[in-house]
Amino acid sequence: MSEVIVITSGKGGVGKTTTTANVGMGLAMLNKKVVMIDTDIGLRNLDVVLGLENRIVYNLVDVVEGKCRLKQALIKHKKYPELCLLPSAQTRDKDAVTPEQMIELVNELREEFDYVLLDCPAGIEQGFKNAVAGADRALVVTTPEVSAIRDADRIVGLLEAGEMKRIDLIINRIRMDMVKRGDMLKVEDVCDILSINLIGVVPDDEQIVVATNQGEPLVGGSSLAGQAYYNICNRIVGEEVPFMDLDAKKGLFGKLKDIFKK
Amino acid sequence: MKLMDFFRKKGSGEVAKDRLKFILVSDRSNCSPEIMEMIKNDIIEVISKYMDIDPQGLDIQITETESEGGNGTVPALFANIPIKDMKHRPLR
Repeated sequence: MSEVIVITSGKGGVGKTTTTANVGMGLAMLNKKVVMIDTDIGLRNLDVVLGLENRIVYNLVDVVEGKCRLKQALIKHKKYPELCLLPSAQTRDKDAVTPEQMIELVNELREEFDYVLLDCPAGIEQGFKNAVAGADRALVVTTPEVSAIRDADRIVGLLEAGEMKRIDLIINRIRMDMVKRGDMLKVEDVCDILSINLIGVVPDDEQIVVATNQGEPLVGGSSLAGQAYYNICNRIVGEEVPFMDLDAKKGLFGKLKDIFKK
Repeated sequence: MKLMDFFRKKGSGEVAKDRLKFILVSDRSNCSPEIMEMIKNDIIEVISKYMDIDPQGLDIQITETESEGGNGTVPALFANIPIKDMKHRPLR
């Protein structure tokens, strides 16, 4: 049975696109057939994060307007042929697509794929409404900051009003050193405030910048963020995965330091 | 309270948590500051019919309170209305 998941946040810049790219690739690593749709019409981004920007011929709006067949617009990933991207249009705006058209498109993709991921634009206007329309469940991404959490709460309210069946929270870019010294909201605090199910915590990691520079998502790699995203993917497919200890120091040196501390 | 607590400043994470709780309660209640102001003025008008109050000292807030059924919290309107004089006007 296929599932349609929207990745949303309200506030911009909290990591929706990075999350979509990593979750998409992680699910492909778990041998799932995955298609990612960049619904941010006018501001195309997901293709760059995935390193597929040079292969775009047709886009979401072309498909919806019937200028090409759906198959023609899907871009297969280099490494994972079961992972596809439907890029957004760069020169159009959000009202080029309607929620009804999105539902139709998504239902067509359900036939072929196990997971349909929708990368939602920031905001709560037309683009958000389009992205949410055909989704079965939502991943709400936030960072441990007042503004991002406030917007996430608005989004959760809107999703609940729209009767979204399942809503899970991803806390992105947490810095345990700051949490420890009391200068950042704790994971428990954020969960407490938003009161929705937590599906993942991704630490702030320089490697995300490196990965985006290279156009290769780091999911499944040895970095903490890579592991965190991989865990999220496993939880999405229904596995029970314990939350990892983000305090753990990496490498032999860190371990040695720990021993001496005791 | 431990002695050390006197010296320890409240971390900004704690400040963020407290602020967020307040922000979200009023966000969720869908009450804009304009509407709050209107409610406040109406309360002043009604109460002033019966007693002498201090409009400057009046403070209303939407917060959360335990629901009577014991199933979680519900939004509540709290009003603090300082009374200057309890004059008993003859009832008509």
